[in-house]
Amino acid sequence: MAHAAPLPDRTRPAGQRVRRAILPAYTGLVVAYLSLPILVMILFGFNDIQGRFNFAWQGFTLEHWGNVFGRYPALNQALINSLTVAVVATVVATTLGTLIGLALTRYEFRGRGPLNLLIFLPIATPEIVLGASLLALFVSVAAPLGLATIIVAHIMFNVSFVVVTVRARIAGFDRHLEEAAMDLGADEWTTFRKITLPLIFPGILAAGLLAFALSIDDFVITQFTAGAQTLTFPLWVYGASRIGVPPQVNVMGTIIFLIAIVGIVLWVYLQRRDMSARPTTLER
Amino acid sequence: MPEADVRLDRVTKRFGSFTAVDDLSLEIPEGEFFSLLGPSGCGKTTTLRMIGGFEEVTSGAIYLGDQNVTDLPPFKRATNTVFQNYALFPHLSVFENIAFGLRRRKTALGEIRRQVAFMLELVELPGYEERRPNQLSGGQQQRVALARALVNNPRVLLLDEPLGALDLKLRKQMQVELKRIQSEIGITFIFVTHDQEEAMTMSDRIAVMRAGRIEQLGAPEELYERPTTEFVAGFLGVSNLLDGEVTERDGDMVSIRLTNGVLVQAPAAATNGAAKVRVGIRPEKLRVVPRGAEVTAGATETNVLEGTVLDASYIGVSTQYLVKTAEGHTLTVYAQNLTTSGASEVLSDGQDVRLSWNPQHTFVIDDAGRSDPEAPMEEARTR
Ligand SMILES: Nc1ncnc2c1ncn2[C@@H]1O[C@H](COP(=O)(O)OP(=O)(O)OP(=O)(O)O)[C@@H](O)[C@H]1O
Ligand SMILES: [Mg+2]
Repeated sequence: MAHAAPLPDRTRPAGQRVRRAILPAYTGLVVAYLSLPILVMILFGFNDIQGRFNFAWQGFTLEHWGNVFGRYPALNQALINSLTVAVVATVVATTLGTLIGLALTRYEFRGRGPLNLLIFLPIATPEIVLGASLLALFVSVAAPLGLATIIVAHIMFNVSFVVVTVRARIAGFDRHLEEAAMDLGADEWTTFRKITLPLIFPGILAAGLLAFALSIDDFVITQFTAGAQTLTFPLWVYGASRIGVPPQVNVMGTIIFLIAIVGIVLWVYLQRRDMSARPTTLER
Repeated sequence: MPEADVRLDRVTKRFGSFTAVDDLSLEIPEGEFFSLLGPSGCGKTTTLRMIGGFEEVTSGAIYLGDQNVTDLPPFKRATNTVFQNYALFPHLSVFENIAFGLRRRKTALGEIRRQVAFMLELVELPGYEERRPNQLSGGQQQRVALARALVNNPRVLLLDEPLGALDLKLRKQMQVELKRIQSEIGITFIFVTHDQEEAMTMSDRIAVMRAGRIEQLGAPEELYERPTTEFVAGFLGVSNLLDGEVTERDGDMVSIRLTNGVLVQAPAAATNGAAKVRVGIRPEKLRVVPRGAEVTAGATETNVLEGTVLDASYIGVSTQYLVKTAEGHTLTVYAQNLTTSGASEVLSDGQDVRLSWNPQHTFVIDDAGRSDPEAPMEEARTR
């Protein structure tokens, strides 16, 4: 039986009204499910704990925000290590990955097909396998484990994600735009700077944010490649979890989360500007 | 003819084992509106891209004036291009799109402003400086692309089907506009199209291309009135072709005996000395009258054939007849509708008629210009 035209609300049977409420309810549930852990993290950064465990709500305090960087020097060092690793790995991986992405979409060269598949390997391989084999590699070449080895490892897995993200953006890029630029007197480098780069930039930025996010909280691969002396933020937290994670960790998590939000907002803004027809100001 | 502005000297382009442009030579004088016309895949775009520097030549040389530019990159050539899909920079305003070339040459901002304004005036888009390309209609984008290329004052402007994406009406309008701009600034245009009407209305000369070669090159009237190959005859319009043999040369005229025995005359200038030929007549050159009504068969229309009307279709401005000759050839005739009453003019199916035409309107194709009855002809006829 087919009712072609939708009925006005008044006459609509109750069942249909229920059905119409399902989507919003379902959406609400998903949003709650996604944000609840984050809310808990933020909330327990304000928990006035008595003892070592930060599991039950015991009252509100700003104390942990006040001494977030004052209480655990080793945690500070771990956070600095994490940021160093993430920044360096992101910059290097984004640059490398963008260039690889350009090469893979632009040029015909020997080994392009296999490389296209190879690039997926670090994404498809279980992290624990990657971590273990990297450790074996570093040990076999007698590389001293520490920040450097962590960074090398992070660049390795980040490059794949960058290539995959950037390549999608380049695939939609009209080669004639570059030809037009050269036709108008721009050499290769000027064409890249004035045309190619600005147009694929949203893709590069997305790739960079993804790389940063993957890097800053990586645990498994970092655990294998860090060695005994170097701790990153996730490693410190894992170590602390056996004796109780201090609320300062929640506070730092909150700060990182806020920075991420700012990054995302910036990205969305750039995307919008990219789409919208806002007139440009004069190019310098 | 002055020194050629653009010269192609035995240019060949191969993609792997496929030859896209085959030993092509060409000279285009300064200020000419020159068209490359031909069916899809005949190598028009490839030729244009080699002139612009986007495609390397496999062999041969390209000159702009007396400069050999064969190995120069696009940004070192005095050519500019209007791309088929305009290729406007989506992240830059109309102003910056047009100013792009000037900025590369470090022109002062005041001068850039002046020139961009002048160009927008020329293409009739003043006040559009701050728009983005995606805020423009197809026709406006086309104009911006034109302005962006012309502002660089190129020696030669290359246009690859620049009107292809426009609807028919806008297309006609832009044809006139392009022609106006070209005569206003007086630089050489090389225009690629697969639309013979477009090429004919706009060009000083046309090169009809086929399979990487130039089939015939000449002014539009020349190509239409005196095609030398069946392919060109078919590509530029409908034509009637009849087999025959040259029997006699007599001063300006030759006599050709058709396979049905009828003797027709053709200008000697239209032949090249071959014996076995095909005689061609455009449908609008044929006069059709009922047989017996030997009225004023104009004194000049001395070539005559007899036949029967197979089909008559009234298409307003003219009536199109299909006339079958005794040997079974079918000829197409366009008869202008001269009377207002109409009806009495139209001949009916099955009527015996007499076809006549002026020998001067006959063109002759020798055996070498004969096409195999295959795809290109079909392609050429479909519009
Ligand atoms: N990069 C390429 N690699 C291989 N073959 C190519 C390449 N570019 C063009 N060709 C081939 O060369 C021939 C001529 O192509 P071209 O683009 O010059 O045709 P065209 O005359 O412009 O046709 P159209 O009217 O369809 O644009 C075609 O058969 C085409 O398939
Ligand atoms: Mg083409």
